[in-house]
Amino acid sequence: MSRTVLVTGVARRFASAVARHLADLADADPDSGVSRVIGVDTVVPDEDLGGVKFVRADIRTPVVGKVIAVEDVDTVVHLDVNPGSRNRLSGSSSKELNVIGTMQLLAACQRSSTVTKVVLGSSTAVYGTSPRDPAMFRESMAARGGVRSGFPKDAVDVESYTRGFARRRPDVLITILRTAQALDPDLEMPLSAYLRNPVLPVVAGYDPRLQFAHVEDLLAVFTESVTHDRPGTFNVAGDGVIMLSQAARRLGRPTLPLPALGFAGALNRIAHAAGSDISPDLHRLLKYGRAVDTSALRDIFGYEPKYTTADVFEQFRQQVRPGILAGIGVR
Amino acid sequence: MVDERKQIGSGGRAGRGNRQVSPSSAARSLAGASAASTPGQKKTGQKKTGQKTGQKAATPKKAAVDAKKSAPAAKAAAPRKQAAPAPKSSTRKPAAKKAAPAQKAAASPKQPSAEAPPSSRPHLRAVTDDDAAAAAAAAAQEAERRTKSAGAPIPAGIPLDDILSALLGAFQRVMGSDWEARLATLLHAVRMRLSGEYEVDEFGFDPAIVEVLQNAVEPIAEKWFRLEVRGIENIPADGGALLVANHSGTVPVDGLMTGYAVHKYTGRHLRPLGADLVFALPFVGQIARRMGATLACTEDAERLLTGGELAGVWPEGFKGIGKPFTERYKLQRFGRGGFVSSAMRAQVPIVPVSIVGAEEIYPLVGNVPSLARLLGLPYLPITPFFPLLGPLGMIPLPSKWIIEFGEPIRTDAYEPEAADDPMLLFNVTDQVRETIQQTLYRLLVDRGNAFF
Repeated sequence: MSRTVLVTGVARRFASAVARHLADLADADPDSGVSRVIGVDTVVPDEDLGGVKFVRADIRTPVVGKVIAVEDVDTVVHLDVNPGSRNRLSGSSSKELNVIGTMQLLAACQRSSTVTKVVLGSSTAVYGTSPRDPAMFRESMAARGGVRSGFPKDAVDVESYTRGFARRRPDVLITILRTAQALDPDLEMPLSAYLRNPVLPVVAGYDPRLQFAHVEDLLAVFTESVTHDRPGTFNVAGDGVIMLSQAARRLGRPTLPLPALGFAGALNRIAHAAGSDISPDLHRLLKYGRAVDTSALRDIFGYEPKYTTADVFEQFRQQVRPGILAGIGVR
Repeated sequence: MVDERKQIGSGGRAGRGNRQVSPSSAARSLAGASAASTPGQKKTGQKKTGQKTGQKAATPKKAAVDAKKSAPAAKAAAPRKQAAPAPKSSTRKPAAKKAAPAQKAAASPKQPSAEAPPSSRPHLRAVTDDDAAAAAAAAAQEAERRTKSAGAPIPAGIPLDDILSALLGAFQRVMGSDWEARLATLLHAVRMRLSGEYEVDEFGFDPAIVEVLQNAVEPIAEKWFRLEVRGIENIPADGGALLVANHSGTVPVDGLMTGYAVHKYTGRHLRPLGADLVFALPFVGQIARRMGATLACTEDAERLLTGGELAGVWPEGFKGIGKPFTERYKLQRFGRGGFVSSAMRAQVPIVPVSIVGAEEIYPLVGNVPSLARLLGLPYLPITPFFPLLGPLGMIPLPSKWIIEFGEPIRTDAYEPEAADDPMLLFNVTDQVRETIQQTLYRLLVDRGNAFF
């Protein structure tokens, strides 16, 4: 069965990469299971989408239902759930896009008779971050400290709407992929923006464990879930963890320990002064960190991540400008 | 050669004068003479002395090896190299430095032959007592000159050589004979740390930190607490096991000591399971993670145990550690028995651990619950010394410690599904608790007085 895939949020780098990857697959191999790829977003993407058909539509409006009906879409890949960033959207409008967009999209899918599969690109942010966290989160666990606001709250809401949709339409396959942040200079991810600062503000007395995913692995997992039936919820991340202090040393960037009280404001100011942009939710992650267990991805989904967190980080390190302390190390 | 040395030697100890003349006065006359000598004379003199030293080189070497087995041979041979170009006072210092690792007795006889050119007398001659004295004295003179400029006079009675040799001897004793290799390793390790080239596991456990900590804790455990460890054979050499211990002492020093004992006697790492407060506190949480601690929750416990690690748990928690001194060695409720179900699911043995001594380190005589609530702590301790003496009150009292690892309680006899049987869990929990309580009483009798 050949599929017509709708990818949302293609103005973002990662979503457009997924859409292009699927389109390339459709071009290269007619038996791949993908025949057409349609990308939607509210703004025109900066880069060439290749074989992807771009439709300018706002998923917060019922227009998206018409797109699904007209294009005869049977697979929806929802990638328009993103942490807000200051230059793009403020907190409330990113919540609007994340939550209301998902509600409208799912409403359209529920009406549609053609949609048979929904793949949701969620985030490991749903686990929150707190001192009560277990070392590694499994898919069955919920956030211990609770998620109060911002992107983690959005992600939890989006997932709960998706699960509600799954109850109402049990015939539709739902794959929820909770991905760790990819660390790639081309992708607008909060942590990679943070790690590019010349000086890294850290919370004094805390050394979070961080986990990254490789773009190649993410693309492969999304493609796999489109072309094959993989219902369920899966964590996607590279194996192992890296401590923030270790990451800073490997990059050769000095850290600036700041007191936990007022860290969020200070982090924003420093990032702003350094000319970069920090996601408003990042400061929580920088206190306790988070790591997830990917055994379900291996055992049930059937995908073995090719890159460990350390590999991902090493590639990132080679791509970015070395920090001012880089001369001290063995390299 | 040894005979020759006997001839040229003297009755007195080399470098100390000949009992009639003090080294400094003898040296002053000699040094003055050598300074006045002509270059031509000096050259011949040096050449001959150089040859002579070449012959004699074996003697100091042998002496050096005898004197200090660990001193590297290269060091003993060093004076030989220095002897040939020997310009007067500029080489004196390096030569003295190289000779210093060898003991004084060995260093002194070879010095005069190598360094004090008998320029006034061009012939090959036996090294006399005066020469030995001269060498020492010239060094003293130079030391005097140097210290004058530095502004801190060293008493003329202690030559610079002595100080140097003592320092180098001490350095070698501390670093061992292979100090160069060790220093290189250390520098390499520091470089690797600074460049972030080390591995942590998924819990954030950093074995290098544990090694450092182990060395730091050793004197405290062995000298201050006089830690005695029993039943170490009850810890399995490989595979997972859950160590369950009593908790006491206001500050969780007992966790640190148990980890130390386990690592010292078995070489394995104990992975403590801590309360969430530990990970919420700044610095404490960071260090705890690096030491291998993780949150005391079922998921983490099972992950560690199925991974074949030794996990340590203190089920009394804050009830145990913050109990008043009057209730010492009375076990509190053992949590909700979650540790038993974790061990059963992972099918690993439970090792009861009884710790005696931790109760006395900070006797808790009072508590300020209102202030503790304000700070978000479970209790705010008052010990006989703590707020009273300020930081001094934070020094733990030197109680005598005994840690006994009891006989493992096997859980693999039960099915993993038995972990869902609450009655069984309560029974096993009580069994572990009773074992620890009875062992505590026995150990208390064995120990006698808490401090002596």
